[in-house]
Amino acid sequence: MPNMSPTRVRAEEQDPLVRNRNFQEVSLGYTRDQAIEEARRCLDCKNRPCVAGCPVNVRIPEFIAKVAAGDFRAAYEIISDTNALPCVSGRVCPQENQCEERCVRGIKGEAVAIGRLERFVADWYLKHGKTQPEKPASNGTKVAVVGSGPAGLTCASDLAKKGYQVTVFEAFHTAGGVLVYGIPEFRLPKAIVQSEVDRLEALGVELRTDVVVGRTITIDELMEDGYRAVFVGSGAGLPMFMGIPGESLAGVYSANEYLTRVNLMKAYLPDHDTPLRRSKSVAVVGGGNVAMDAARCAKRMGAEKVYLLYRRDEEEMPARREEVNHAKEEEIDFRLLCNPVRILGNENGQVCQIECVRMRLQAPDESGRRAPKEVVGSNFFLPVDTVIMALGTSPNPLIRSTTPGLETNQKGCLLVDEDTMRTTREGIYAGGDAVTGAATVILAMGAGKKAAQAMDDYLSGEKS
Amino acid sequence: MVKIVRKQVLNPTVTLLEVEAPLIAKKARAGQFIIFRLDELGERIPLTIADYDRERGTVTIIFQKVGLSTRLLSELEEGDTILDFVGPLGLPTELPEGARRVCVIGGGVGCAIAYPQAKALYGTGVAVDVIAGFRSRDIVILEKEFQAVSDRFYLMTDDGSCGEKGLVTNKLQALIDDGADYDAVIAIGPIPMMKFVCRTTEPYGIKTIVSLNPLMIDGTGMCGCCRVTVGGKVRFACVDGPDFDGHQVDFDELMNRNAVYRDQEAEEREESRHACRLDQLGRSLIR
Repeated sequence: MPNMSPTRVRAEEQDPLVRNRNFQEVSLGYTRDQAIEEARRCLDCKNRPCVAGCPVNVRIPEFIAKVAAGDFRAAYEIISDTNALPCVSGRVCPQENQCEERCVRGIKGEAVAIGRLERFVADWYLKHGKTQPEKPASNGTKVAVVGSGPAGLTCASDLAKKGYQVTVFEAFHTAGGVLVYGIPEFRLPKAIVQSEVDRLEALGVELRTDVVVGRTITIDELMEDGYRAVFVGSGAGLPMFMGIPGESLAGVYSANEYLTRVNLMKAYLPDHDTPLRRSKSVAVVGGGNVAMDAARCAKRMGAEKVYLLYRRDEEEMPARREEVNHAKEEEIDFRLLCNPVRILGNENGQVCQIECVRMRLQAPDESGRRAPKEVVGSNFFLPVDTVIMALGTSPNPLIRSTTPGLETNQKGCLLVDEDTMRTTREGIYAGGDAVTGAATVILAMGAGKKAAQAMDDYLSGEKS
Repeated sequence: MVKIVRKQVLNPTVTLLEVEAPLIAKKARAGQFIIFRLDELGERIPLTIADYDRERGTVTIIFQKVGLSTRLLSELEEGDTILDFVGPLGLPTELPEGARRVCVIGGGVGCAIAYPQAKALYGTGVAVDVIAGFRSRDIVILEKEFQAVSDRFYLMTDDGSCGEKGLVTNKLQALIDDGADYDAVIAIGPIPMMKFVCRTTEPYGIKTIVSLNPLMIDGTGMCGCCRVTVGGKVRFACVDGPDFDGHQVDFDELMNRNAVYRDQEAEEREESRHACRLDQLGRSLIR
């Protein structure tokens, strides 16, 4: 008999006013009993709408049934069969727009907490069930993966399971891409990312850090070296700025830079050398998940006041609801319908104020979105010593400019065939932010997965 | 991880290290840089490549002790290793097409970066003049090396303790006045020096290339830390540079941005002087 409670089992969280001073994980996750209780809310629908909502098609009702039965190892095996990074997606997926959005229980009440269950299973496995995966027999075919973010790791994992000899090239000193430089420790502990990377290495994947493809070695050279196919998952690129006066003052960061200093370079730990401004009052500009991460990091780094400036209203914010709520609980001061027009500096060229103007939303345009318009004469000033711009990115030029024949769209994103993720060059595939521009971890994983399948088809066809 | 195969102390604050990095040596060209990270606690610091030997598979860096990381790097010895060493990054230097007479100008430790420029040009049919400027005799570096790769070499010191007394811009102006007729000038050194070289060449319309050294983290076009304003536009030194048309660069802004952590780091040094000595000792032992 299923658990017919209309509401999901709550997961414990750190108190907001405690956690906004530390980098430990916000959500503590389900206990064993909580997980079983929540799993019993699943109705095991025949048509499985949740699976269709998952970019990597995790067999959700099957794994949940195993959780309800207390067989967590079996649950893990079902998840990891199609999802290379269960610990990650259980934490950072926007489930509310994917699997959980389609859950039948959501019609009259709250959807089954699929994300929390996935996280529980993956965490349980790390703690109790961890066995090194068996290394598949090699088929002797070398393939290269460029970038070790969610797209690259997924693609590498799927190809390794099929027996390919996979080498992952990473520009940074640590594998994980946005999972290590972008998403903060309190949302995704780095030890967990590392354990997923370790699992990949146990599958036989070779990881080469400190190699910048496009500089240290080009894709054509990789192919000359015997890599029969290449997957490009090089991620998003250069940060965008507003083009307003004062953006080059000392104390203006892009969110990418701020988050990289804090997360990858561990500026939040006293024994690490990378410096970060000791900010007292910070303005973060933007309304996406990256803006939320930057604001919450700034608070944890000791800022007394953190403003979040967004030119539309809360309804229009692209950030996940959960992230917005967490940020608000942590005393981030949301200033909505507000747009910066100028950053002012003191006599030493350091940020000291930001000038904003109030905005008003107009009637929806053709795309259905309500464009913001300045309210003339409504300018006001906020005293800040640091400004963080979280406005999105434009694609990195390194690979497209060093690989003849790779075509891009007007924005500079790599062009691919949507069914196979093949680029305009034979044997070269791509996915993740390098193709879509800034998007989500799970979409990147889905693209890596699709590409791995297509690469296998291509290479198998080539052999026969 | 790379191994240091040669170390040479060039002057009390400037050190040369030759490291084994065959992939980088194979690709490196004048004007490009590397990023190093000493150990797990280290920062990522960019340094321009001073020389490379494709056959030996080595890359040479020459650097001045300016902060914590360069000081720690200077304490390493032959046989020691550096945890991370990535490159070659940035775009190689590109001279204007058909340039026949070029003046390469180095200031202080910037001479380490000016040297590969002169070396790359010399013997390719391009007439190479080199002007190297230093504060005083005791910090002069690469004098012989420059002589070997230039048609005319001018050594300048601020105090006249060696070579001619004066600034590199004095010599540049004199050479232009003498009818040197340069097609391009490459200037690498402290920001004020590059700024004033550009001011000197601008009235004559001599193409002037400068190599910028903004703060940087990833060095591959992700973080945006190294942005500079060139011709009124935001450019990223790690992927669009580090060379730029000097007449277009906003040098004052660059100087201001490079100083962003200076006061804080000075304060921290002051604080750490008071910090428990044992703590410091422990850390240096771990390192």
